[in-house]
Amino acid sequence: MSNANPLGREQPAPRHDNQAPETFGQTPWQTVGPFFHYALPWKGGADLLGASDLGARPDLFPPAHDLLHATTPRPPIAGEAIEIRGHVLDAAGAPVIDAMIEIWQANATGRYASPADPRTDLPLTEGFRGFGRSATSATGEYVFKTIRPGRVPGPGNTLQAPHIAIGVFGRGLLKRLITRLYFAGDPANTDDPILDLVPPPRRHTLIAHQANGHWQFDIHLQGKSETVFFDI
Amino acid sequence: MAHIHFTPEDSAQPPSLFPPYASTVARSPKHPLIRIPQTLTEITGPAGTWDQLMGPAVADLTRQHAAEPIGQRIAISGRVLDENRRPVANTVIEIWQCNAAGRYIHAKDQWDAPIDPNFTGAGRVITDADGAYRFTTIRPGAYPWGNHHNAWRPSHIHLSLLGPAFATRLVTQLYFPDDPLIEIDAIANAVPLEARARMVARFDIATTQPNYALGYLFDIVLRGQAATPFETDHE
Repeated sequence: MSNANPLGREQPAPRHDNQAPETFGQTPWQTVGPFFHYALPWKGGADLLGASDLGARPDLFPPAHDLLHATTPRPPIAGEAIEIRGHVLDAAGAPVIDAMIEIWQANATGRYASPADPRTDLPLTEGFRGFGRSATSATGEYVFKTIRPGRVPGPGNTLQAPHIAIGVFGRGLLKRLITRLYFAGDPANTDDPILDLVPPPRRHTLIAHQANGHWQFDIHLQGKSETVFFDI
Repeated sequence: MAHIHFTPEDSAQPPSLFPPYASTVARSPKHPLIRIPQTLTEITGPAGTWDQLMGPAVADLTRQHAAEPIGQRIAISGRVLDENRRPVANTVIEIWQCNAAGRYIHAKDQWDAPIDPNFTGAGRVITDADGAYRFTTIRPGAYPWGNHHNAWRPSHIHLSLLGPAFATRLVTQLYFPDDPLIEIDAIANAVPLEARARMVARFDIATTQPNYALGYLFDIVLRGQAATPFETDHE
C-alpha cells in the first residue's frame, strides 16, 4: 500500500476502505448479477469429457465479444460417461434463466485433480479436471457431461458415496449456494456420512434419478421441494 | 489424509435473503443451511488446472478490439491473501464489467446507453508468487436497474476467484471511493456496514501510471486455513 502525497503535505483523515488496516477480513460475497455470460461460462465448460461446446450462452452476446475461452481437445476420459440435467427453479417453481451451476468431483477412481488430494497412489485421469460450469438455458436448464465419480474418504475412517459438489450462482443469489448430487440406487448412499446429517424427509432433494438416458437433478432454491443447501 | 480446514464464513458475508434486493426473495432458501464437515471434496479444488480450463491471462481490457474503448483508463492492482495474510499464489481472478456509459455487452441489458464496439469488459488475471495481480480497464459507468423506483447501481467491477479449494470460492464486486450510490445500493448494502468498506478500492498515486491510467488498490481476502484438532501447529 502506498499513501504518499506527491506534494509532500500531510494526509487527510484515514480512509475507511479496502486498504484500511481495520477493515481487513474476508472479502464479502456479491451476486454475479444477470450479465455474466460473456465472462464466466465457456464453450465446453459443461462437458468434462471435452467433446462438445456445452455450457456457454453465445446467444446472449455478439460473437466479436467472445474473447476469453477456447475449448481444448482432450483424450477419451476413463470411466462411466454420464449426462446430468436439471432445472433451477425459484419459490414459485419458475425457471431461473440467469443462473450458473458449477460442479466439482473426483475421477472414476475417486481421486481429485487437485494438489490438495494427497492420495498420489490413486491415478489421475489425463484430461479430466473434475470442474465444470454451465449457464442455465432460456428454460432454466443446465446440462453436464462427465463421468460417474468414484468414492472418496469422509470424516474419520468413513467412505463417502459417489457424489458431485455443486455451487449455484445467479441473479438474486448474493452468495453461492452449495449442494451435492448423489446417485439413486447406489448402495453406498445408505451409510454416507454427509447424507446422514440431512433429515431423512429432505434427503431425496440430493438424489439424482435416471431418466431417458441421463441423470435428472432439479435444484429448487425455495418452495415445497426446497433443495438441501450446505454450510461448509 | 490431510487435515486442511478452512475458517468459517465471517460476519462480513451477506445473507442469502435480503429483501431490499428484490430478486433474493424468491431465490433464497427458507430452510437453514445444514452444516457439514469439510471433507476431501470441500478442501480440494481446481486450483492447479485453471489454465487448462479457462486459458491464459487477459489482463488489458482496453486492447481487445480494433481501437481503444471510450472511457477513463484505470489500473487495478492488489493482492489475493488468505485470512492469515498469506499470499494466494497462482490463482485466477475472472473479471467482468459494463462499459463507461454503464452498458453491458449483453442481450438482456436493455438500458439505452451506448454500446462500445471496442469494449467487451471481460478479462482474467493470475496472481504471482506474492499473490499480486494487476489489470487495466476503463472505469465502468453507473446504470439504472429495476429493483425499485429510481434504483441505480454504483460503478463496479465483478471479480470471481477459485482460490485453493472448493470451499474458498468467492465472487465479489469492487466499488470506487467516494461513490454516493454505494450507500443507496441494495446489493452493496446486503453486506453489514462494518465490512462494506472491504469492497471499496483506494485511489493510489503510486499505482497510477503517469500519462496513462489512474491507479486503484484492491486486496481480496479468501477464507484461510485453520488448525484442526488433528494437526499440530506448523508454518
